[in-house]
Amino acid sequence: MNSPPGVTRATLVKDLRLEWRSKDAINSMLFFALLVVVIFSFSFDPTAEESRRIAGGLVWVAFLFAAVVALNQTWARELRNQVLDAYRVSPARANSLFLAKVTGNFIFVSVLEALMTPLFVVFYNLRAIGPAYQLLFVAVLGTWALVVNGTFFAAMSIRTRSREIMLPLLLFPITIPALLAMVEATSSILTGEFSARFWIVLLAVYDVVFTTGCLLFFEIVLHGE
Amino acid sequence: MTDSPIIAVNGLVKQFGRFAALRGVTASFEAGRLYAILGDNGAGKTTLLRVLAGLTPATRGSIAVLGATNLREVCAHLGYMAHPSLLYDEMSGMENLRYFARLYGIQDDARCQAVIRSVNLDPSLALPVGQYSQGMRQRMSLARALLNDPRILLLDEPFSNVDVRSAREMAGLLGQLRDSGKTILVVTHQAALLREVADEFVWMEAGQIVSRTREFQPEEAK
Repeated sequence: MNSPPGVTRATLVKDLRLEWRSKDAINSMLFFALLVVVIFSFSFDPTAEESRRIAGGLVWVAFLFAAVVALNQTWARELRNQVLDAYRVSPARANSLFLAKVTGNFIFVSVLEALMTPLFVVFYNLRAIGPAYQLLFVAVLGTWALVVNGTFFAAMSIRTRSREIMLPLLLFPITIPALLAMVEATSSILTGEFSARFWIVLLAVYDVVFTTGCLLFFEIVLHGE
Repeated sequence: MTDSPIIAVNGLVKQFGRFAALRGVTASFEAGRLYAILGDNGAGKTTLLRVLAGLTPATRGSIAVLGATNLREVCAHLGYMAHPSLLYDEMSGMENLRYFARLYGIQDDARCQAVIRSVNLDPSLALPVGQYSQGMRQRMSLARALLNDPRILLLDEPFSNVDVRSAREMAGLLGQLRDSGKTILVVTHQAALLREVADEFVWMEAGQIVSRTREFQPEEAK
């Protein structure tokens, strides 16, 4: 029989291969995030101190909007030729597909963050006064929060006629607690005024709760009409 | 060949909003037989196949496949071929089949190569499926449906856009699969291709089965 980790691995490899060949998600995300960085840098001319205060919000909102592009692509390629039906008629578990999709999106958004962060640093003259290593925890937990809900709600909206609109409508409200934690934690670390520990723990709890919830309900989403 | 029904449906109704695609279909299908399901567009043929594959839940009625009413329990024994290819255009045929094989716990490439050869395609062909001709795509789609060596094959329009020679070869292959003990339900508008191999012709109209005949009678198509 098929093992769930084996199916997850095979699906992840397949998604990475498809993205490597088409570059649909990465290209659109990069282009979008780049536009945000450039437009905001021309719109505002903040001092270093002001940059540290607003950068948290700016960075994460840019990543959230850019991630939505990738999240829509994830399922769009499963709709072409109705390939998703081939998965649905197989004995493979729904959660194996979900975990592969979340991991794939996590990798894509992480690549985006790795490429865009140096640009943010340069354009906004950023330097962390607080413990900079904590930014890594914020990035990992925050990115997971975005993609786990995003992948779930993108799957819910794929069968709707206006799925590009539906995804932000479903995703943004439920992401507000995580977004708040990401922005506050990042700002705390950059300014060094407060400890980011509370916000990081909140992000971790958010991730556990929503990952569990998504895993519990994904089978209904996948096999529902 | 046995006479026990491998698929039994009773009072099957499927509604899409106010439109009833299936209106109380009751039928049984025996093991090791090839059924051609015929009828005009909108007769409910594809919906019936999707319900049997577990892709579309029935609104009312009961289904038993291999004795199970929960189709997830028996999906490992089903092979499903839809009108779209159910293949990734950006990957080669072998890459596609290798991925779908993993979903069924098949780890070796030998099985993938065997089913590709069985539909007269070359497993070493590196061309992405998106660049295949329609006929090649249909045959690769059939290979995907055969991957898990299913006991029941549900095929939706396998001959559409396939040239006559390839379609005849596919029909012959379906006959061989039936002879090997598989139960095959084929939805098609090209019933004449199955004249030699089908055991029964099932005619649908307006969401109901209106007749079942052992011989192909073209006038029924009217």
